[in-house]
Amino acid sequence: MFFDELTILKQHGKQFIPDISKPELPGPFKGRPEISEMKVDEEALAALCPTSAIGKYPISIDMGKCVMCGECEFAYPGKIKFTKDYKIATNVRERLVVKEGEVNPITLDPSRIRDEIQSLFGRSLKLREISAAGANADEAELNACGNVNFDMGRYGIEFLASPRHCDGIVITGPISENMAEALQVCYDAVPSPKLIILVGSDAISGGIHSGSRALDRSFLEKYLVDLYVPGNPPHPLTFVNGVLELIRSKKR
Amino acid sequence: METVTEHDKYVVIRNQGTVRLIEIPTIPYNLFLAEVLSLLEDNNNHCVTYYAFPFRERLKFICCVANDSNGDIMVLSHEQPLRKGIQLISMVSSCYALHVYEREISENFGVEFINSPWDKPLRYAFNRADRKKTINTYPFYRIHGNELHEVGVGPIHAGVIEPGHFRFLCNGETVLHLEIQLGWQHRGVEDTYLRKTSLLQRTVLSESIAADTAVGHATAFATLIESMADIRINDRLMIERTIGLELERIAMHIGDLSNLCIGLAYQLGASVFGALRTPTINYSQLWCGNRFGKGLIRVGGSHYPLNHTLVESLKKFLKDFERRFSTMANRTFALPSVLMRIENIGTVTKTQMELIGAVGMAARMTGVARDLRKSHPFSAYTLVPYEPVLGVTTGDVWARAALRRIEIEKSIAYIHLLLNRLETTESVAPPANQSDVKLMPDSLTVSLVEAWRGEICHSAVTDQKGQIIHYKVKDPSQHNWMALALSLRDLEISDFPINNKSYNLSYCGHDL
Repeated sequence: MFFDELTILKQHGKQFIPDISKPELPGPFKGRPEISEMKVDEEALAALCPTSAIGKYPISIDMGKCVMCGECEFAYPGKIKFTKDYKIATNVRERLVVKEGEVNPITLDPSRIRDEIQSLFGRSLKLREISAAGANADEAELNACGNVNFDMGRYGIEFLASPRHCDGIVITGPISENMAEALQVCYDAVPSPKLIILVGSDAISGGIHSGSRALDRSFLEKYLVDLYVPGNPPHPLTFVNGVLELIRSKKR
Repeated sequence: METVTEHDKYVVIRNQGTVRLIEIPTIPYNLFLAEVLSLLEDNNNHCVTYYAFPFRERLKFICCVANDSNGDIMVLSHEQPLRKGIQLISMVSSCYALHVYEREISENFGVEFINSPWDKPLRYAFNRADRKKTINTYPFYRIHGNELHEVGVGPIHAGVIEPGHFRFLCNGETVLHLEIQLGWQHRGVEDTYLRKTSLLQRTVLSESIAADTAVGHATAFATLIESMADIRINDRLMIERTIGLELERIAMHIGDLSNLCIGLAYQLGASVFGALRTPTINYSQLWCGNRFGKGLIRVGGSHYPLNHTLVESLKKFLKDFERRFSTMANRTFALPSVLMRIENIGTVTKTQMELIGAVGMAARMTGVARDLRKSHPFSAYTLVPYEPVLGVTTGDVWARAALRRIEIEKSIAYIHLLLNRLETTESVAPPANQSDVKLMPDSLTVSLVEAWRGEICHSAVTDQKGQIIHYKVKDPSQHNWMALALSLRDLEISDFPINNKSYNLSYCGHDL
């Protein structure tokens, strides 16, 4: 019996990623896009996008709307390229819009981070996740953030059950009308000062569900969002690195 | 495959078959009811979808009954003038499995089903007939007595999971009844299918019905469109899609075993099964760039051919996975402290599962031999026969866990069989100009896919121009939530979490 467990431990070895900001992702992962200045039929390119994330004159991609299907890259290979850069979270909504010719990383604007966030939450951030019609991929990736590989608990970041023990909320999903009241009640139950983090294109823009009459996104009109984490779903590395930049960047 | 057999009360099609609307006999409701119930008396038959939609100023009802032994699908139809206050005799007292369908039709069109034992709205859809009924004001079943009490949980739960409400009626610690309230996740998916009309939009939408089953729902959508547009796909694409489906099954089953171990407070199992999920979904990312297989399934072709390098890394991954999985699974299923928490807990019977029309794992874990991969084969299951995992029949938490373990092993073996057949043809990219895909006019298609949770059914109806006028989605969870409620009867309330995890049903798949 004891030897069984030793075998299991030996087979798995160390699982954690030593430096969460460093790993390179395998395969055709779609992170921050780069758009060249090549001339294309802009109308046709923009019309291709399933979520109207592509803007025209000049061409841009709104990562808050993009569902990372990559069809624009397949149709216009020299024009659009999704890099493997997964550090795409930011606290400024406009920074999610990547324009033609831009190759700089997406970062947070430190001047817009409230002082109390870093002084209070820099070493311990407890979050209440609210799935407001999320389809369970965003939720699964947030759960993965705490697993033995990504292990965000080592930075003091954790999801808790009671909103009263938390420092902020994380919203996934496009926010259905049926969840609107529960979302408000839960947010109100979190003591101030508190954060709001939007995770996934569904939460940031409604994603493929945008325009549906079954949604009620009025909650977002009332409050300032502290962090946007784009993706469909966002990779755990996008979330963990984004949150770390939010709560620790000024001290570094 | 799309052979149509004439019959005076219904038309017979095969899985992913398309039939002209004119070929479906429209019969009066009394005949419709009698025929549906008589078909469903046969245990080989089960209802895969039953819905209504407005059609030329009338309300058209479509009911599809699948025969699990010969693979036929009987399509029955009935029409009513579209008006307020339609009253019809309920079929639910004779066949409980139909309750989800009747509740949906009643909610959406205000149809009153007479003698319906339970007319609770299914999901509080935004376009429901009665907007005065809201999800936050639903009157739950109540219980009164000195030693009786109620426990309400949700919609927001303790963990990072989707919303739903569970209302327990208890006698002390013992649950007498669990009422499950769903609908919080309703996003109007079926309406969005009609609003967003490009093939790509609809594919992306299919991937987000239940994103933990992205490959399953996208396969149901793609095969439906290919049937309606008469697009033939080659063996290679079918094999690649099926490998995608089986990988999704492995990833979700292993994740569920990890979650179950969390519920049991068995730390080693939770960590190791969780760690094994990582390379599984990372393989999906290596293949198509997304850990949930989004982007893998496209109508008519694939952007991500499973080339030689990918096949080699798949074999390597499976070999390593199998070794690590078997030691951990052997340990878990031999540990008395695990077994005492899962054996004889939350037991349901084969009869109960047949009565509620359970599908997929929820049916098989009691010995109901229901698996579309065998009964209504699609994609590569038509090329390489698949034998369902039977033999686990106890219907308890153990059965649900053990079935997952065996299905993981079976999926790995089946993927190897598929890989042996892969090198037959070249891969094809999806059609570049997607607006060229034209659907057959005035037709109906039924597409059944056995995903990891069980039976997915997509059905679409087109008008005279070949535009989709109705799109119907059924996720396996629609039937299986009732199994969870039955599991809880006479059980300690503290056993709810492991039961819920042992089913891992979809909220968003149900709510749409």
